[in-house]
This record gives sequence, structure tokens and C-alpha cells, in this order.
Amino acid sequence: MSSTDYHSGLAACPGCDATALATQSAAGKAKQGDQEIALSLPSMHCAACISTVEKGLLEMPGISGVRVNLTRKRATVHAAPEIEVDSITDALARLGYDAQPLDQATLSADQSDRAARDLLMRLGVSGFAMMNVMLLSVAVWSGASDSTRDLFHWISAAIALPTIIFAGKPFFVNAWSALRVARLNMDVPISLGILLASGMSLFETANAGHHAYFDAALSLTFFLLAGRYLDQRTRTIARSAATELAAMETPTALKVTEDGPHTVAISDLAVGDIVLVRPGARMPVDGVISKGQSDLDRAFLTGESDPIPCTEGDVVRAGEVNLSGPLSVRATAVGKDTFLHSLADLVSIAEEAKSKYNSLADRAAGLYAPVVHIFALAGFLTWMSITGGDIRVSLMISVSLLIITCPCALGLAVPAVSTVASGALFRNGFLVKHATALERLADVDRVVFDKTGTLTLGKPKLLSANTIDPLDFALARALATASNHPHSLALVEAAQGRDLPFVTVTNITEQPGFGISGTWEGKRIALGRAEWVGAGGAGTTLAVEGREATHFAYRDRLRPGVEDLIAHLRGQNIPITLLSGDTEANVAPFAASLGLTDWQAGILPDEKAKVLEEHRAAGSRVLMVGDGLNDTAALATAHVSIAPASALDATRVAADIVLMSPDVSRIKDGLRIAKSARRRILENFAVAAVYNCISIPIAFLGFATPLAAAIAMSTSSIVVSLNALRTR
Amino acid sequence: MEVLAFLIPVSLGLGILGLLAFWWTLRSDQYDDPDGDSARILRDDFDDHPDGGGA
Repeated sequence: MSSTDYHSGLAACPGCDATALATQSAAGKAKQGDQEIALSLPSMHCAACISTVEKGLLEMPGISGVRVNLTRKRATVHAAPEIEVDSITDALARLGYDAQPLDQATLSADQSDRAARDLLMRLGVSGFAMMNVMLLSVAVWSGASDSTRDLFHWISAAIALPTIIFAGKPFFVNAWSALRVARLNMDVPISLGILLASGMSLFETANAGHHAYFDAALSLTFFLLAGRYLDQRTRTIARSAATELAAMETPTALKVTEDGPHTVAISDLAVGDIVLVRPGARMPVDGVISKGQSDLDRAFLTGESDPIPCTEGDVVRAGEVNLSGPLSVRATAVGKDTFLHSLADLVSIAEEAKSKYNSLADRAAGLYAPVVHIFALAGFLTWMSITGGDIRVSLMISVSLLIITCPCALGLAVPAVSTVASGALFRNGFLVKHATALERLADVDRVVFDKTGTLTLGKPKLLSANTIDPLDFALARALATASNHPHSLALVEAAQGRDLPFVTVTNITEQPGFGISGTWEGKRIALGRAEWVGAGGAGTTLAVEGREATHFAYRDRLRPGVEDLIAHLRGQNIPITLLSGDTEANVAPFAASLGLTDWQAGILPDEKAKVLEEHRAAGSRVLMVGDGLNDTAALATAHVSIAPASALDATRVAADIVLMSPDVSRIKDGLRIAKSARRRILENFAVAAVYNCISIPIAFLGFATPLAAAIAMSTSSIVVSLNALRTR
Repeated sequence: MEVLAFLIPVSLGLGILGLLAFWWTLRSDQYDDPDGDSARILRDDFDDHPDGGGA
């Protein structure tokens, strides 16, 4: 799957060598009625790539506009309605780029971009206001007095008040929604601090007072918005990459009607429709085979690594992959009623349990908010009794307490670290989809793996190729070249580089679901299922008239980095469990070869989830790595879960983290980065705590001036941001 | 101190100018493709026909 080479794409850039480019404008004007096509171009990375793609496509007739987005490695194409997407991807392939069409509906459903832009605007406005008010405040701090000071305070108020109403809106809205259900969140003390500071400063200004906190209120808003924006952007990047993965599975099917097969959207299929499924395609519906014979790859649904032969009348389920022959399938269940969707429902149940996880920031806020409010109230009451009821002084003390303890550092402590950590993870090929996934990854003390598709590639490899008689091998290869069955492909691959005798085989025909037959020197030869070729035993067998039958044994290929990862986990004393839906005959030797002792074979989807549930009840925090639909419930039940990018969309949705790189040893980097991130977050909390221990007594005693507040706030924010950069 | 009557409006005006420029860049999608834009600036085929950007 080409989505896996997002990160290896940098090596090969055909555009860099491109020369003699046409000179017309790349982005023409879109005409009315044109269709808009979005394409993913993972191998694009430089200025020449942009030119090659845009100009190359514009030379095609019917294309009126092309715009490349290099950051997202996407192209948006405006084409006449009759242009097929395939012809565009073919043209791009000729230019040297792998292109994947993206489903527009899935892409435009992603609205988080607008939220990020909205926050950026508020951040810009509060930054502008903060700098201007700070300039005026510097004059006041350095000794402006009487009417000059009052004038400066009034100008500051004129800038600050509208800004705070506009820029502080996200905090006020959050705080209000928490208060309405009688809860406290981080935004309550923030909003209270900002509003009280502004109100108090306005009152002071009107009464020609000495201290106004407009600059503090604004810098608070600015720093906290910066934290919010970082948070939002981190999640937008991961989410848009995840949406893009989903959009790559364009949901279409070939519906058979009286005048031949038509491409229709899966959502338009109804029960009773006949669907044509070509070899290599995925079943769009649950149904019964009405015509044809083939082999099915059920690995995604059950974890079985061996292809299953099927014929007319057999039941197929959505998500299975047709391997060898074309099949006509009569739909018995479509859309939400398919088996695939019933698995997805299991996920939503487990998801709810997961959303109850309390993040470090939540826990800090739960501790912090009441403490701040108690201090502010205590300050107010103490000074009321000392001054004998001077509300103005007492209120000033409690406002300065609220401002100086305001969680600038806390508000930045977590977002700054998770931005740096998610960036580091992204470079290592991880997409962190869930907000708390990073923290949960740091807790992991047990790992559960799926086998097929996760530790193995789901692509078989021929075993003992060297012990097979060269003549038999040559005959088998001649037959296998005619087939796309995974066993045939593996056989042909194993034959490469071996010195085999030259044989001429004629009349080669493939019977999907059974095998391939042909004629060699007048004798019938056949390669396929043992009972079909007429030999004893089981598995893939070559039968030649007058010769002994040859058996070919296969084993699933290891994913790169598996041994490395397992050795690393052992070194960390993290127990490893293997749960596979595959047969024991396949799992046992596999587990033995990796030295795994804790494994279970032939396990059903809900049994997997149950095993995970048991581990959870026993108090261990399990990382589940799996790719199949049979893993989805287990992925959702686990403390934290990772799915490879090659998994189906439903599985990726269930997982907290998607591994874009084919190399699973990256997981050890992921664990390391997560642990380092948690350490930085805790350090940042410690910084904030120390800072508050010093500043609270000062403010309580009434020595806190606006200048002191500004200095304290900025330094603590800078310290936590710098500390966040140490995450790696 | 009369100089303040000029300098304060001037400094505020410059600040607002910057803010408006930022607002304009945000509205015209200039943060959508930072990598692409930094590459596009090196190409000479737009020099004669500045392009609006939205294909």
C-alpha cells in the first residue's frame, strides 16, 4: 500500500531530474460544471515536482486547473466531467508519481482546519494588543505619573478590553459550559483571572489608581492561546493524515446490470444486487457467490493467513479480498448491516470506557483550580480584616493572586510537550490520533501482538526452496507465472536467482480456487491443492504424470524490525503475548521461531477482547498492536493501541495510533518518546509548582506589582517551553 | 510631552497595519501550504502573470 511510504518517499523524487518544462501558467481557471478531484502524491517533495505535476496534467485535454499542496502532498485537479480518475493517475504514473485518488466527501468532512485558523486569528490579535499595551506599561513602570499615567491607562484599556472580549472567547465559552454543569475546569480560574484583572484595572484607571493589570491580562490570554493553538495544530496534523488514509479507500463497487458492470458508490448498493468483484478487490458487501470460483484472503476478518478456496453458493463477507478469479456476488447485507460494521459497533462500546481516562493535564487542573480559588478568597478575607474592610485593597490583593498564580506555565506545560513529541513521533512514522494516547503509551507494561498483517506481512514465502528438485521447480515456476495467487507469486520469487532447467509448458489454464494445469512433453502437469491435482497430503502440490508429487511449504513473511522489537521489549522486561486467529499449525512454529512462549491460536474476535479485558482487570496496562478487523474490539479495549497503516479503515479508527512506517521496530522509539514526553510534562508541572510557591506568598503579602507579575509570567512560560524542546 | 500626541497614534497605527496584514494573509489561505510556497517562490514562470493561487 502506497500510504506506507510517506516517509521513504524522500529518496526518490522523479521531478528533481525533470527538465524542459512547458511554460504555460500551471493553474488555469476552473470552468463551470467541472469535477474536483483530490489526489494524494506521497513521493512529491520539491519545487520541480510542483512544476512537473501541474504542467504535466494541464497538458491533458479536459483538465482546466491543477493546484499542488506540497505540505500535504496533495493535488487538487479540476477536470471536465467525462474525465476518468484512472486516466489522471495513469498520466501521473508516466510523469513518475504514484497517485492515489482521495474521496472528497471524507476529506471535506474534516473541519478542524477552520478551528485552527480561528485560534490563530485570536492569537494574532492578542499578540498585537499585548505588545502595544506592554509598550505603554513600560512607560508607566519607568515612572510616568499623574495625568500621563492615567492617559496611558485609558489607552491601554481601550486596546485591552475589546481584545479580551474577542481573544478570550474560547476560555469563557469553555468555562461557562463547565460551570453550567457545576464542574471546575482549567478555564474557570483562567476566565476569572482575566475578567477580574480587566474589571479591576478599569476601576483603578477610572479612579486614577497606580496599578493596572491590562498587560498581565493580555499576556495571559496570549500565552494560553499559544498553548491552545499548539494543541489544536498537533491534532489537526494527525487527524488530516488519518482522514487522508481513510479517503484513499474510495468506496465504489462494480454493480452488474443488463448492459454490463457499472461503477457505483457502495452506499448506493441494495440487497439483491449482483456485484462483480475482480481479483485483488475487496468484497463491498456480505453476500453469496452466484458465479465464479476463486480464493479468498480472510486475514483481515479472521487472522487466517492461508487463502480459502470458494465457489458458487459460498458465503462471503465484506472486507475479504478476492485473490484469483472474478466473482459475481449477490448482496445479502449492505452498508451498516454487514459483518464488518457489526465489528465496528463492538469498538464504540469499548471507546466509551477509554474516554474516561484522566489525562495529566486534567488531574493537574482538578488539583489546581480549587487551590487557586481558596487562596484568592483567603487573601481577600485576610486583607479585609487587616485593613478593617477596605474592599479596594483586598480585591486588588485577590486579583493579583489570581493573576500571578494563573496557569500560564500549566497551560503551556502539556501542549508544548505534546507538540514536540507528536512531531518527533510523526517523523518516526506514527500518527497520534487520540489526545491522551501519548500519555497512555508511556504507561505500557505489557504488549499484545496480532500475528497476520502485524508481525507478518500476510505475504507467504516458500520454505525449503533448495531441497526441491530443479526440474520440478522449473515446471512449477512455469505454471505459477500464469497466476496471481500469493503462493504462485512466492514460488516465482523463490525461483529467481536459481539455476533451473529450461522447460516448455503449453496449454496453461488456471482454475481459480483450485490451481493451474498445463502440458509438458505431452504429459499433464498440475500445481494446486493436493486433492485437486490428484496427490496425497495437503497444501500446495505439483503433480506430474509418472513422477512423484512435490509438496511446497510456505510460511508467512516477517515484517521488518520484528526481531529487533521483540529483543528490545525483552530487554525492558515487558511481557509479550501473541493472539492470533490463525490455525495452530501456522502459529506454533512462528511463535517458536521468535522465542515467544505466551501465545494463543484460533482465537475469535470477542475472545481477543476478553483476554485484553482480563489483563486490564489484573491491573496491567496493555499495548495492543493489530491490523485485522478481528482485532478492532481488542484494540479498543486495550490501554493503548497501534495499528499499521496497511490495516483497514475500521481498524485504524479503533486504534489510538497509526504506524505509517512498515518497520515495526519503530514502536520502541515510540515508547521511548512517550516516556520522555511524560517526564517533561511532570518536570513542567514541577516548574509551575515551584514558581507558585515563590509567587503566592509575595502576592499574599501585597508586594506583587504589575511589573513583577509580567516578569514572573513570561519567565515561567519560557522555561516550560524550552524544557518541552528537550523531548526526544 | 506634546510629542506623545503624535507618537502614540503613530505606533498604534503601525501596529494596526501589521494586524490587518496578518488578517489578510490568514483570509487568503497563505498558511495552507508553507512548504509549497517556499518552493514556488524560486520558480520564474509566475513572474509575468502573478497567480491568485486558487485553482
